[in-house]
Amino acid sequence: MPIEFPVLNFVAVGPMLAVTITAFLVMFIELFVEDKRILGYISLVGLAVAAVLSFSLMGAFAAPAFQTMVISDGYALFLNLIFIIAAALSILISLSYLGERELQHGEYYALLLFATVGMMLMGAATDLMIVFMGLEIMSIALYILAAFNRQQLGSGEAGMKYFVLGAFASAFFLYGVALVYGATGSTNLQEIGSWFSVDRGNLGDPIALVGLGLLLVGFAFKIAAVPFQWWTPDVYHGSPTSVTAFMSVGAKAAGFASLVRVLMVSFNEAFTIDWQLALAVLAVITMTVGNIAALAQKDVKRMLAYSSIAHAGYILVGVVPASMIGVRAVLFYLFSYTFMNIGAFAVIAILERRSEVGSSIQDYAGLASRSPFLAGMMLLFMVSLTGIPPFIGFWGKLYVFWAAVQADMSWLAVIGMINSAISAFYYLGVVVQMYMRPVAADEDGVEAPAFKLTGPIMVTLVVTAIVTVVFGIWPTPLFNLASLAAFG
Amino acid sequence: MTQLIWLTIALPILGLLINGLFGRRFLGNRVVSIIAPLMVLLAFLVGVGAFFETMGRDGEAVTVHLWNWTTIGDFSVPINLLVDPLSLTMVLVVTGVGFLIHVYATDYMVHRDDHGHAHDDRDFPRFFTFLNLFIASMLVLVLGDNYLMMYVGWELVGVSSYLLIGYWFDRPSEEQTPIDLGPDTEPVQLQPLLSPAASGMKAFIVNRIGDVGFALGVFLIWSTFGTLQFDEVFAEAVHVSETMPTVIPWITALLFVGAIGKSAQLPLYVWLPDAMAGPTPVSALIHAATMVTAGVYMIVRSNILYSLAPNVSLWIAIIGMATAFFAATIALVQVDLKRVLAYSTVSQLGYMFAAVGVGAYTAGMFHLVTHAFFKALLFLGAGSVMHALHDVIDIRRMGGLKDKMKITWITFWIGGLALAGFPLMSGFFSKDEILAHVFEASPILWFFGILTAGMTAFYTFRAIFIAFHGKPRDHHLYEHAHENRAPITFALSVLAVLAIFGGLLGLPAFMGFTHYLDGWLEHVLYELPHGAEEHHMSVTMEYILMGTSAVIAVGGIALAYFFYMVQPSIPQNIARSLRSLFALLAHKYWIDELYDTLFVQPGLKLSNAFANGLDKLIIDETFIDGSAKLVGRFGKLLSKLENGYTSNYALATFIGVLIMISYFFLR
Repeated sequence: MPIEFPVLNFVAVGPMLAVTITAFLVMFIELFVEDKRILGYISLVGLAVAAVLSFSLMGAFAAPAFQTMVISDGYALFLNLIFIIAAALSILISLSYLGERELQHGEYYALLLFATVGMMLMGAATDLMIVFMGLEIMSIALYILAAFNRQQLGSGEAGMKYFVLGAFASAFFLYGVALVYGATGSTNLQEIGSWFSVDRGNLGDPIALVGLGLLLVGFAFKIAAVPFQWWTPDVYHGSPTSVTAFMSVGAKAAGFASLVRVLMVSFNEAFTIDWQLALAVLAVITMTVGNIAALAQKDVKRMLAYSSIAHAGYILVGVVPASMIGVRAVLFYLFSYTFMNIGAFAVIAILERRSEVGSSIQDYAGLASRSPFLAGMMLLFMVSLTGIPPFIGFWGKLYVFWAAVQADMSWLAVIGMINSAISAFYYLGVVVQMYMRPVAADEDGVEAPAFKLTGPIMVTLVVTAIVTVVFGIWPTPLFNLASLAAFG
Repeated sequence: MTQLIWLTIALPILGLLINGLFGRRFLGNRVVSIIAPLMVLLAFLVGVGAFFETMGRDGEAVTVHLWNWTTIGDFSVPINLLVDPLSLTMVLVVTGVGFLIHVYATDYMVHRDDHGHAHDDRDFPRFFTFLNLFIASMLVLVLGDNYLMMYVGWELVGVSSYLLIGYWFDRPSEEQTPIDLGPDTEPVQLQPLLSPAASGMKAFIVNRIGDVGFALGVFLIWSTFGTLQFDEVFAEAVHVSETMPTVIPWITALLFVGAIGKSAQLPLYVWLPDAMAGPTPVSALIHAATMVTAGVYMIVRSNILYSLAPNVSLWIAIIGMATAFFAATIALVQVDLKRVLAYSTVSQLGYMFAAVGVGAYTAGMFHLVTHAFFKALLFLGAGSVMHALHDVIDIRRMGGLKDKMKITWITFWIGGLALAGFPLMSGFFSKDEILAHVFEASPILWFFGILTAGMTAFYTFRAIFIAFHGKPRDHHLYEHAHENRAPITFALSVLAVLAIFGGLLGLPAFMGFTHYLDGWLEHVLYELPHGAEEHHMSVTMEYILMGTSAVIAVGGIALAYFFYMVQPSIPQNIARSLRSLFALLAHKYWIDELYDTLFVQPGLKLSNAFANGLDKLIIDETFIDGSAKLVGRFGKLLSKLENGYTSNYALATFIGVLIMISYFFLR
């Protein structure tokens, strides 16, 4: 009897390995260094290596590895880039933000890197078990990171809530995996897909369908889609801003990465009709609730939390058509969102008062006269998040709506556009504060917070701003990269 | 260099970024005034390189593909630059004349006190930022290989023009001294001049009217041809004109509406005289040499479309010649040196349109080039005078300046001779070529053309004699007048040389010379397959026409000399006896007032009615505020649901799960 050796392809998981090793290194080196910022820079180096590896694998054969548990195709590698960029930009914010709050600890960077590994795993997973593993690696690290500012009640509360509700959602997800396995006899995405196509009768299998529903719940929780968004405002609000920046883009991208792959590989073809309607409804209520609730916010961080819910809705619009055009649009959108959202959070991180949780809109009054640079940056990100050309956010929206129109779902695109219009109100509300209101002491007579711009966070601002503008004026290279990732 | 032609656009953009971002705070005015002209000079050198390469290729066009801007479905916008004789001609004029004017402005924009100390002017970098922006925009306009890029450039030059006219946005409007007509006649009152800010807005808004036409024309091209690329449109044009005979006249007419606005033709010329409120280098560069000729460029570029629409072309010729005549009559009595030149620009642009209207595209381009030289020269000369007289521009306060400002005086004479069409000067050849072609098409139009030429010679030298000759009228100003510094005299001298010898580009072929421009532009001009039979007039006729032009030009100058140097009482007597006609001209035919009554005031009333009635009460308060309040309340409600209790969240999530399961279960 010949013994089959498992096919292990370490090259395919190279980027993940690089980040994992860096995370261990960070934990180890922490024992010997006084200045913990060094760990942040080491993490950046590790991420750079992972980015280079991802890039070099890009053109190569889409290799399945580890007994078809993961795959390093263009799609996964494109998402790797998003995760790496999100992690790197957040680390740059953290280097400034944590230092000011005396939170500079080595574990922080290690946890952030582990979360990144989890995300990368979710992007590359071709087996539901690996999806779940990635999900948990990412989530558990994020739970701790959310609670990282121990001195503040808000942060602890955020971590706790995220953990409890996250565990709740993970349970549903796992149950979904179990049901799908029970029905199809496999957890491999490809095999699940082929089980459905073997016999058309299988399409109506209620167990598999309910399993799918529960999987959607799990993903919807991670991407913060209504009605599974409840944790989002509290957690985003309470977590350290550098963490909020990271999870608002990274966790969302990871959730979408897996969601799209599972739907496109396992539940495609005749099956799409079922989840298309569910996701379309989800998209509509997510956009609408996110935007409308954002209108009422007085806290910029909270407002951006609701705005991130709304953006999940826009991105879902790109998932609904179940087309490659849609997938490309989703990838483009995730990429663009990473930059403009982290940029906005970087401004918040700078302006946040040290003693308080969140960032009141009043602190932005008259910012244009206090710091034209910061106000200009915030203006840029707000305008881009609204989706006004010529900034990158415009193209993201254009492409997802275009995908819906191509799939004869113009109504969905129209709802998306109406929502975009609503969102202008609260994004531009910040701009109004910055440019048209005088600097005002708040009710307690406390002056608006002093701030200082330090090197790393400046890098974040400048990089995000440049990308927002340059790809806004000239989206084609990014578009081509996303095409390569989606179409192979 | 041809492949590097994008540098001509990128360099001024680099300049404007450097000066715009760092000029005021870090670089200082001296560095700014090196960077801005340097970028244009480098762009010019690239253009010269591309010029020689294109000569080497025998004028064959090259398309330089830069990148695809965006692709949405079937709609793709490639960013291509077209390097061919026509675009290169424009590039060289824009960057060449542009460079000289940049150099000139480095001194002109510096304000000095009587001891020659420069004021620290914080707005200085802003001026050069905008001026570089203009150069880049104009090059986008002329280098684009499709109508979309042309349109983008078309709008961008409009913006730069607006920004530069309103450069001194804090200056108020100015009263003008009435024109005195002698002891027992009532003086002719003049309207106050618009403030720079208002002039900028006027220019922008009037241009907008034309731009609507231009945009519609571009849309029509897109819907007819399915492409905006020049080569594809032109290749299909003949076919389209056979299958859809009405479309091309519409396209050409709509595009021409854009040209009427941009190139200040009847009836939209009104913005150009007021645009003189901007700094003089701007008037020279944008409102004389380059931007206002964009309409001519556009028509020459689209020559096949216009050749296929002979009726529209005829109208262009008529409008052009009417504008030329009309503006020249106004220029006869203006007392503001820059405004004389402004109306003269309108008039000369009319000539160019008359030329392209009768199908003499080369002649139109020829006049465009020579006009760029001599009119830029004249404006810079006027600016030099203004600079010396502390911004006084009223010729009634000048006089005798020739002794104080030798270089300005001589170069202004050269520019004046070229504009007047004095034999052997550049303007003589180009204007004569136009008039000859116009005569071929219609002797009546030619008659108005030659009349205009006479008036041109007269008003030009009227201004010269009053300003530079005779006795000083304002002794205080005269005493303080002085020749300007090197940057100004350098620009004047170079342009003077060009104004004299620019005619060498197109010496008349019937005299046995080589018409270089004819051969150079040959590839750009399309031949109709069964075009009109070539009928050339006799050489004798050409000589007669040329002789007439020469006599008229010299005659106009002589008349001006007689009126203003020999018998200065004559013009005043004429004005007195024809007071109403004089007042009509001095008030520019009351056209501004007419537009104000016909369009502006009713428009304002209508807007006010809409703003205060329909918009404020119904749309704003009911729909906007109402819906905003409703949505806002809903938002508050939603955030109340977010009450912070984890158990509530878990419950709500669970309800969501139930809904999800039921959907998939019951589906």
